[in-house]
Amino acid sequence: MLSIFLLISAAFFSIGLLAALSRRHAIFILIGIEMMLAAASLNFVAFWRFGPSPHQPTGVMIAIFAIAIAAAEAAVGLALVIAVYRHYRTTSVDQLDQLKG
Amino acid sequence: MNTAALAIIAIFTLSAALAAATLPKLMHAALMFAAAFVGLAAFFFLLSAEFLGLVLVFVYVGAVAVLIVFTILLTRHDLEKDRGFNLSGIIVAIAVFIGLAIAIFKTGSLPVVTPEIPTLTVKQIGAALMTDYVWPLQCVGILLTAALIGALILVIEEKK
Repeated sequence: MLSIFLLISAAFFSIGLLAALSRRHAIFILIGIEMMLAAASLNFVAFWRFGPSPHQPTGVMIAIFAIAIAAAEAAVGLALVIAVYRHYRTTSVDQLDQLKG
Repeated sequence: MNTAALAIIAIFTLSAALAAATLPKLMHAALMFAAAFVGLAAFFFLLSAEFLGLVLVFVYVGAVAVLIVFTILLTRHDLEKDRGFNLSGIIVAIAVFIGLAIAIFKTGSLPVVTPEIPTLTVKQIGAALMTDYVWPLQCVGILLTAALIGALILVIEEKK
């Protein structure tokens, strides 16, 4: 039973990796990173549920903190996308190829 | 644990995630992103972590998806569709999935029997957050405050 959840989590992670690697739009890359983080927290909860000591809430706690940090990361990332769009008038990461302001 | 429910939720979640990763229109992809996280929350319910499933729905579907939709609307002039798909990204993603699957199947020390359902109430979670995990909680609070202030500073209009 645990390996089924691990497989689903691995598939979710791979789909997030696909979105982060193969799309050119910056928002898609953020969506992919969010999916990868959520797949990791699914793994934590699955190990907590099927692990040897499910009465300690360790896995659930790690997942809660991971969700909070992912929310902060999404806020900063989307703010960066808006700032970049104001400056360059595009959000395609292929055209953002200079560090000069 | 219901096998049919597990299969249905898995198919729903993975197809929604795949749609979010591959649909050419940004708005459709954002809606599929929300649907995929509803499915993920259903997994947490199946794993008897109900509080975590609700937190996932509140944070991702309620906040992050709405934030993504706002960003799409604010950067609207960039309407050219995201067509071209990078072939190397697909290859790398499939390779990572195959590697993870092999690692999962080759691991012999995974527990086979399903243990009894652990009872984790919200009261227990709150007590643990206030006693054992109080320092991580404070650090996450500081991190969230700093991230929100940073996001505000990034998007604020500069006075000429």
